[in-house]
Amino acid sequence: MLNNIYNIFFIPEIFLACSSFVCLLFGLFLKKNAFRQTSNLAVFVLLLTILLVYYDSESNFANYKSLFSHSSFINFFKILALLGSIASIIISKDYFLGIKLKNFEIPILFLFSTLGMMLMIASNNLMSMYLAIELQSLSLYVAAAIKRDSISSAESGVKYFILGALSSGILLYGFSLIYGFTGSMNFDDISFYLSKYDNLNLGLIFGLVFVMVGLAFKVSAVPFHMWTPDVYEGAPNSITGFFAIVPKIAAVALIYRFCLVPFVNFYLEWSQIILFLSIASMFLGAIAAIAQSNIKRLLAYSSIGHIGYILIALVAANDDGIKAASIYMFSYMIMNVAIFAILLSLKVKNEYLINITDLKGLSKSNPIVSLSISIIMLSMAGIPPFIGFFGKFYVFIAAIEQELYVLSVLGVLASVISAFYYLRIIKIMYFDESKSEGIINFQISFQSKIILSLSLFLIICFVFYPSLLINISAILTI
Amino acid sequence: MIDWPLVSVIIFLPLIGALIILFIKEDELTSINIKWAALLTTLGTFILSLILWLQFDYSNPSYQYEEKFRWFDDFNFFYHVGVDGISLFMILLSTFLTPLCILASWNNIKKRVKEYMLSFLFLETVMIGMFASIDILLFYIFFETVLIPMYLIIGIWGGNRRIYASFKFFLYTLLGSVLMLIAIIVMYRNTSSMSIEFLQGNYFSYNTQLFLWLAFFASFAVKIPMWPFHTWLPDAHVEAPTAGSVILAGVLLKMGGYGFIRFSLGMLPEATEFFIPLIMTLSIVAIVYTSLVALAQTDIKKLIAYSSVAHMGIVTIGIFLVNQQGLEGAMMQMISHGLVSAALFLCVGVIYDRMHTREIEFYGGLVQRMPLYATVFMIFMLGSVGLPGTSGFIGEFLVIVGAFKFSSYVVIGAAFGIILSAVYMLYLYKRIIFGTITNNKLADILDINTREKIILIPLAISVILLGIFPNLFLDPMRLSLELIITNYEIANAK
Repeated sequence: MLNNIYNIFFIPEIFLACSSFVCLLFGLFLKKNAFRQTSNLAVFVLLLTILLVYYDSESNFANYKSLFSHSSFINFFKILALLGSIASIIISKDYFLGIKLKNFEIPILFLFSTLGMMLMIASNNLMSMYLAIELQSLSLYVAAAIKRDSISSAESGVKYFILGALSSGILLYGFSLIYGFTGSMNFDDISFYLSKYDNLNLGLIFGLVFVMVGLAFKVSAVPFHMWTPDVYEGAPNSITGFFAIVPKIAAVALIYRFCLVPFVNFYLEWSQIILFLSIASMFLGAIAAIAQSNIKRLLAYSSIGHIGYILIALVAANDDGIKAASIYMFSYMIMNVAIFAILLSLKVKNEYLINITDLKGLSKSNPIVSLSISIIMLSMAGIPPFIGFFGKFYVFIAAIEQELYVLSVLGVLASVISAFYYLRIIKIMYFDESKSEGIINFQISFQSKIILSLSLFLIICFVFYPSLLINISAILTI
Repeated sequence: MIDWPLVSVIIFLPLIGALIILFIKEDELTSINIKWAALLTTLGTFILSLILWLQFDYSNPSYQYEEKFRWFDDFNFFYHVGVDGISLFMILLSTFLTPLCILASWNNIKKRVKEYMLSFLFLETVMIGMFASIDILLFYIFFETVLIPMYLIIGIWGGNRRIYASFKFFLYTLLGSVLMLIAIIVMYRNTSSMSIEFLQGNYFSYNTQLFLWLAFFASFAVKIPMWPFHTWLPDAHVEAPTAGSVILAGVLLKMGGYGFIRFSLGMLPEATEFFIPLIMTLSIVAIVYTSLVALAQTDIKKLIAYSSVAHMGIVTIGIFLVNQQGLEGAMMQMISHGLVSAALFLCVGVIYDRMHTREIEFYGGLVQRMPLYATVFMIFMLGSVGLPGTSGFIGEFLVIVGAFKFSSYVVIGAAFGIILSAVYMLYLYKRIIFGTITNNKLADILDINTREKIILIPLAISVILLGIFPNLFLDPMRLSLELIITNYEIANAK
């Protein structure tokens, strides 16, 4: 394989890193339309990276002395993250131009953050994992605060940074404990070392708990979710879209890999933590979202709830669980892409939509859009025949395979509670009489329209041919 | 036999109609086209479903017209549909009532005609699909999807408290059905099969059965509805538009009864045996209590809604007697109630369209101005009471005959409920129809017009037909019901 040194540039991560620098230079030297051109280039680069990830599936020389790992699960999540990243760059382009935020750095930040996520997903070593997380997060801290003249954007960036740094610190402390007690940073070595023991000693348990806390922060699981609604609310909508769609994918893949590779033999120890995180996230996500009037906060709580379901599949910790996580994550990404593609194109009195009640009367003025929102909401609530149902269905299959009956029942109860606020949005669009019609504008660019139609198509038509995704996810190995 | 996929065509024809309607642009002039498109689609579906009945093989207790395709590659989930004696009439009921609903909404739905017709056609697809499913996952998907169009129908075109009612309807029934999802997955895990036919072989240990039974009970008891899970029903009925109430009472409540027969009796026989006393108690309480509540109502629709709960109590008694008479009676009672309560809601709709109130006190002496209306209303009222010669009698009679084999207390309870049903229905009829017109606003109320005749007369004919020739309906379902009873007895004899 390594007969030519230039082959190194065909490693997806290296390709992405180099291309990001090229994009940076490209944007720097452009005089006009820098933002638009850089975005297009970034999309192109990400598409090429997907191709590389897809065709590179047998290569092992990218492991760099086992700092990184290589598996079908990793590749699936990498592609998912890349797809999410492409979709969110495309749908947010017009929004950025609309609010006159034309810094060409934004797509570059997305690129670097995506690079961090790819490394995160693949990391097989505590050190590379930490560095990847930091690369990903630093880009996102900046992205959250990118609207410099807006107080709320700066606030959300700072809040995200401080809390993120705190969690990174905790994470790092956990790493040092694990390293101290096992003598290795490598996932496989840790796993091998631990396989000699029947139970963890106190230091390792502390290390495990600290790492779990750090990771729970990254996936925004309750009780480490506080930053999510605030950051979602403060950041510009399109950045929020990126936050909602992409980093979650990487963080979920990471938490799966961390639990199932080095600590796979200590299921009892970590599963209790995940179990609590899962139940708390589902219920808090469902109940807290009811009171929200800001659509971004609502979606933040909704994503917290979704994380709860994905963690159910992690507690199940079997092959079905991995399958369920990949299907759920795919459906989560598709639904969020669709809803943000709509939100980023809706204007109320020339302002981008923020309050849920502003959706009033949308079903009259824009029947197709309101129908789309309703379908997405029902899908998020897990009502068949939409894709969201199948995500939940597979999660519960995994849980019951592991005889987690109580957890499954709690899960479905939470889904009933959460159905309430999803239905509330449909209610506002369809049932409430609106006196002021025609103040909502829906302007969408051609590219976003393609993304939106594609994701709606997947949401609706998944039921007719589910095997396509399921066959892929069935063979994933961690 | 038929060599084309008849069942799938029946299931998806309304959906295709809905897709066509989606592309008709709606304005003042074209809304009539939308209505015609919807009406023709549903009529076509009804005619096709009659073929099901005509070509039905009475000597075959299991599924006919089966179609089976692989659906999920990783699990044994199939797109597997077919019709047997139990589902045949449920499907016919759905296809028969939907065109009537479209006709009933012809003039009184003025806003968002397109969305309305779309909802109804989608609803029809889902209802038929649910009764025709042989794969439980497919059944579940249809079972829950029903909530979406019904939620919209109540919420958009309903009365003043429509939002409260639609949310209550949705969340209440969703809560029941998600527990069923867990039960379905547990069943799958134990047997690696999702086929309803296969699962009727009693594969579960006693304790598992008890839990599964409770989970299914949660969803069907809410759906049918049984006391004390019935509170969503009066709200939903009162706030829904007329056609919505018709479908709700006519078909959606039957989903619960259908589920009890298929799942509780068919798959969990030992647990059913254990829970029979519970069901009987709840049913008798339901019959007596809701009948008394119905007596006190001042709103016509609410009265009929409570009477539905009482009639469904008879159905659950019949089902859980688990003998031939009881089950046949329950099925007949379901079909009969589907027709009669649908017709009663349509009758309420007739006067509501004219006067825009459903208060009983407002009316009185309608016979003076609306003799034809008084006649058809009487037929349905008597059908609801269970007068011999109407459909209601057959079901109630068979259930009571079956109940004698079980316990005379149940007979007393059921019979008491039937007497009460005569009381509240006759009292309602007297207050609305008889006497002289005291309210001046009623002085120039018009009798039913041609459209309303087209809606009500087929219903009246079928109510009487069912009462005089019950074998027309009982023969096709007999063997399928016998199969379930045999399986049940074998399982409990062990």
